Amino acid sequence: MTVFISRRELLKRAGLAGAVAAVAPAFAAGDEAAGAQTTAAAVGPAARDPIANLTAAESDILEAIAARLIPTDANGPGASEARAVHYIDRALGGALASSRPTYQAGLNALDQYARSTRGRPFAALSAAEQDGVLIDVESGTATGFPGGSAEFFNLVRTHTIQGTFCDPFYGGNANFVGWDMIGYPGVRTIVTPDEQRLGADVPSNHKSAYDYDMFTK
Amino acid sequence: MPIRLKEADVVIVGLGAAGGVAALPLAQAGLDVVGLEAGTWLTKRDFAPDELRNNFRGWPQSVQKTNHEIPTHRPDASSPMSPRVAIHPMMNAVGGTTLHYWAQSWRLNPWDFKVVSETTRRYGAARIPKGSTVEDWPFGIEELEPYYDKVEYEIGVSGAAGNVGGNIDRRGNIFEGARRRGYPMPPLRGSGFTDLMAAAGRTLGWHPFPGPAAINSQRYQNRSVCMYHGYCNRGGCHVDAKSSTAVTTIPKAQATGRLKVVTRAHVTSLDVNEGNARVSGVSYVTDGAEYFQPAKVVLLASYTYENVRLLLLSKSRPFPRGLSNNHGQVGRHYFSHAQTAGITALFPWNTNSWYGLPAQGVAIDDWADDNFDHASVEFIGGGNLWVYSDRRPIVAAGMTTFGKTTKSWGSEWKAFVSQNADRTNTSYLQKTTLPYEDNYLDLDPEVRDPLGFPVCRITADYKDNERKLAAFIQNKMEQWYRTAGAVAIEHGPLGSMGPTTHAYGGTRMGDNPETNVVDRWGLSHEASNLGVLGASVMGTSGARNPTLTAQALAWRTAEHLARNFDAIANRRA
Repeated sequence: MTVFISRRELLKRAGLAGAVAAVAPAFAAGDEAAGAQTTAAAVGPAARDPIANLTAAESDILEAIAARLIPTDANGPGASEARAVHYIDRALGGALASSRPTYQAGLNALDQYARSTRGRPFAALSAAEQDGVLIDVESGTATGFPGGSAEFFNLVRTHTIQGTFCDPFYGGNANFVGWDMIGYPGVRTIVTPDEQRLGADVPSNHKSAYDYDMFTK
Repeated sequence: MPIRLKEADVVIVGLGAAGGVAALPLAQAGLDVVGLEAGTWLTKRDFAPDELRNNFRGWPQSVQKTNHEIPTHRPDASSPMSPRVAIHPMMNAVGGTTLHYWAQSWRLNPWDFKVVSETTRRYGAARIPKGSTVEDWPFGIEELEPYYDKVEYEIGVSGAAGNVGGNIDRRGNIFEGARRRGYPMPPLRGSGFTDLMAAAGRTLGWHPFPGPAAINSQRYQNRSVCMYHGYCNRGGCHVDAKSSTAVTTIPKAQATGRLKVVTRAHVTSLDVNEGNARVSGVSYVTDGAEYFQPAKVVLLASYTYENVRLLLLSKSRPFPRGLSNNHGQVGRHYFSHAQTAGITALFPWNTNSWYGLPAQGVAIDDWADDNFDHASVEFIGGGNLWVYSDRRPIVAAGMTTFGKTTKSWGSEWKAFVSQNADRTNTSYLQKTTLPYEDNYLDLDPEVRDPLGFPVCRITADYKDNERKLAAFIQNKMEQWYRTAGAVAIEHGPLGSMGPTTHAYGGTRMGDNPETNVVDRWGLSHEASNLGVLGASVMGTSGARNPTLTAQALAWRTAEHLARNFDAIANRRA
């Protein structure tokens, strides 16, 4: 028979494959935990969500960033009300775990940059000053970011959008504020021809995928 | 020593779109078939309408094999490697990617089988692009038609026929080859928006029609009708209306008592009897234990990248450069469909596209293949224009702003997205892509999978023909959208040829063993009891999704094998 590598080596590596395969359910469990947290937390405007993976200081900076990316304004609630940072914090212990070091370094660099260029920590700056810092970070001109500030900005923006518009199961889009913002009428399992007509007024049902018992979480 | 199992008549490596179909005619013929599948069974309960899980996290509930073996890419042999993509476009499960594909189930058009001879006849041989290794298929569409028909009826395909026995019907695709009968089910319904686009297409004098889908438009073989709920794009079906092989051919083959499905089987090599240069079976690993499954015949049906990789990894004395590679053709004639370079349109009203599915749409084939005169253009082939109903919230919020605001965050951006999230539509433009001498697959010299085996490396870039064709098709699509009332248009880039769901070639089918890995029946030119299934045997792409063609070819190979089993199983090399 054909042997590409030694059998002993193969078995050794197969053990490694088993270990890798075992990681996936752990991720899923992390998401479930996040979902349970959301349900409990969605009852009212808690003073502060329990933090799982970020430090309190990191969480404060990230909250301030998210609030400028998708602001609360005349058009209604934004990333703060959606609890986008709650989503990111939970995900950093699971599906986004590989981004944890980037957040640590990036948030620290952003706060240092705010102090050195604007004289105060990022969270203490005015909205206009915060926007000025974020423009520098987005354009890649802010200094002190190990992987480049523009890359860090894109990462945070991507995750803030996920946290604002994801299924509430994952700890963001609290009270469906993200879906209401863009007019997504919610998860349905049956859609009629009339609901796909141009001009149809499809009422928002404020349903998560996991409000339907048929699905395995 | 590996655990040596009882010999099977046929082992199929991979129970996805192709392997899952091939199992049925083999089992029905009374052969003992073992299907080795890296993934597990998933059911409708696993298919939550969950955008984050399905579209961003690579199906965490499935066995993570392909995500650990993502091919690397570089545009050409002297360029640095491209950034590695994070998620493989395919997945592991019984039924494979047919669990979550878009399920567009096209037949190729007649021209796709005769690109070289028809181009030469109509425009002259000089019009075959320089450096292309394209060949005519070893047969025309007439040879494959009975198998397209079998698969359409066996799994269940919805659609509108455009050519039954030569009678053209404008409700379907007037450019398709003659079929013996219509589809087993009428087409999926249109949405308000796709109906409006169809009307706009007709005002241009074009021929819009609803595309074919392996999704039930009505109850079929005791499976539900489609619910149009909106998470079909990389999502499994919660009512089994998608005609995945996991709910059609595989359970039917199991019911014969002749198919044994082995899940979590991570295949590491195809093995050879060095005395006669024939394949002796398949080695695989499950949960740390090593098995050898002997077989009289092996059908390799993983996916284009894994088919090529397993052949190249399976080195032996008779095949020192990899199984069936003594002519150096494994990995050659690779091409991936140019599905990029889309068009995104902005309308001044909501399109109501939050629900529906990518297969619920309207097609224009007037600019595909050789359906129009190419005398005045500088390319051969063409593109299929496809407009469909599909939107999910995270992707919608990440929409382009068409230059209407330069901001990608903040209040101004938020106001734009709030107003326009349901006012865009992005077309899907599949375009003829050709094989070239310097586009190929091989093993990466550095990147390895968790077992320590090299991953597949893609060396490929689009050429002049693809670039000119893309620009032409984008302009046609822009014209269609503008006719329907679009107020802004963005042209997407053609991009690079990284890992894709439409990967062709690498084990091409053809009569000439100097330029093809498998013969006209899908059996190896070099190891006569080895067959290869999937789009890796296809030599041309056409301008449409490959799955139905891969399935028709798989059925044909399996039927040929069943009819000639003793000869193929015992043939001397």
